[in-house]
Amino acid sequence: MASTETTSHTPDTKEGGDLAGLEAGLDALETQTAQRTAFGRKLLSKALPPIVAIGLVLLLWQLAYHFKVKEHYLLPSPADVGRTLQEKWLEGTLLDYVWTSLSRGALGFLISVAIGTPLGLIVARVKVVRAAIGPILSGLQSLPSVAWVPAAIIWFGLSDATIYAVVLLGAVPSIANGLVAGVDQVPPLYLRAGRVIGATGFNGVRHVLLPAALPGYIAGLKQGWAFSWRSLMAAELIVNAADLGVGLGQLLEQGRELQDMSWVLSAILLILVVGIGIELLLFAPIERRVLRSRGLLAKS
Amino acid sequence: MAATLTETAVDKSTAVDGSYAARISHVSKSFGRPGAQQLVLDDITIDVAPGEFVTLLGASGCGKSTLLNLVAGLDKPSAGEIEVPGGRPALMFQEHALFPWLTAGKNIELALKMRGLAKSERRDEAERLLELVRLKGAYGKRVHELSGGMRQRVAMARAIAQDSQLLLMDEPFAALDAITRDVLHDELTRIWRETQLSVLFVTHNVREAVRLAERVVLLSSRPGRIAREWEVDIPQPRRIEDSAVADLSVEITEQLRGEIRRHGQH
Repeated sequence: MASTETTSHTPDTKEGGDLAGLEAGLDALETQTAQRTAFGRKLLSKALPPIVAIGLVLLLWQLAYHFKVKEHYLLPSPADVGRTLQEKWLEGTLLDYVWTSLSRGALGFLISVAIGTPLGLIVARVKVVRAAIGPILSGLQSLPSVAWVPAAIIWFGLSDATIYAVVLLGAVPSIANGLVAGVDQVPPLYLRAGRVIGATGFNGVRHVLLPAALPGYIAGLKQGWAFSWRSLMAAELIVNAADLGVGLGQLLEQGRELQDMSWVLSAILLILVVGIGIELLLFAPIERRVLRSRGLLAKS
Repeated sequence: MAATLTETAVDKSTAVDGSYAARISHVSKSFGRPGAQQLVLDDITIDVAPGEFVTLLGASGCGKSTLLNLVAGLDKPSAGEIEVPGGRPALMFQEHALFPWLTAGKNIELALKMRGLAKSERRDEAERLLELVRLKGAYGKRVHELSGGMRQRVAMARAIAQDSQLLLMDEPFAALDAITRDVLHDELTRIWRETQLSVLFVTHNVREAVRLAERVVLLSSRPGRIAREWEVDIPQPRRIEDSAVADLSVEITEQLRGEIRRHGQH
């Protein structure tokens, strides 16, 4: 029976195992096989362009130094800056400076997350609150947080509280706004599908709304970190007191007081490296992972 | 096995005893501000018997999706009553509407969790449902790793996971290619007969309506009214290219074209 069926031109495949086989074939045909590029090649294509770019910047810098665009004490060479960094490293204080700033930045950021997250959720979900403070919240993002420093100094004096206040005022709005944007971008279909399966009220928020808004929220966190770090540097530059720990901002300010350009450039470089480093080592992998798991990352 | 299937197929068509999976009685729906209201559905009455497969057929503007939303409880009728004794109906959309942050298996488990199934039983039940839609081994797959047809089958498994007596389907195969759609028709017929669910299936595809249903309800457009009903007594499993399916489709298409023509006349 089975053999005649397979040779026949009009097999009776209306029901039974043939459907399963047909379906398995369709599934196999339509499933894409992920192609993985070799690790070494990926590294080369990712790492080479920025290395070349940095090399070019250093070259231009060196040329400007060589042709004395500015006096050497105004424009030291890359090697001079490297030497200054080396001296500070050998003094053993460099990591302390970095750590002081980094721990302040991290603590400020975490507090901002703890405040910005519920704030963003309330603004996104409660119409009245949104109408009331939504515009203010996004407006605050365009206010440079350094503008808060004088006010914070008057309130809290030259203290850690001033530094944290400035960091919070910079980071909280951007984290909250990120979450609001994330919630706004949730496709209504997900919310409908959630309601159909019975995920309403708290369950709807917990199982549908929040996970759906995660990519926007992470983008907000990333921006929140950038704002934390910037605000922190603004605050450290100005809030300079003997009993406060020396962070990178204070280091920068000391360089300026001594009119030591390579010191100043070293500090700027460190601030940049820490800011970018956190973004690359912490946020970029998390973001990539979330996007990839949802198939939102275009494969290059 | 086959015998019991045909038996249930026989006695579910007799819904005279008053038992029903959904009762839509004199339902109307209008949208818009008072004074400038637009009537979308006008006096719709449909009973879906337990285990019955009904397709709602109509051109654009017949309000078929609106009607499904009303039955699903996502919206309220302006007049009339809808009773669904089996609890919250399951609903499948044209888009798979699976959550991309969960795996295929976890999507199903979320529906099981919302239904109140104990945590220890969810995994096994999800695996069982995946097996029902012939996706054994897809438990850990992400939604974007699945093809369009596989996604709709996971969506079907999630809908069945709700353990509702009534499955509402809103053009669930409209976005699929013809070959996949054809296979999913076979799949849906098989699953419907295995689970004995009642299905209310919305489509604008006449052949699809005839291929699947025991009863085809044709809606006119603007406002949606019931134009005519057909009992489809072609034995299952059917093929979309069967001549009996084609013949009835021609008849229904003629009527549908007549309904559409009326709108061009004024």
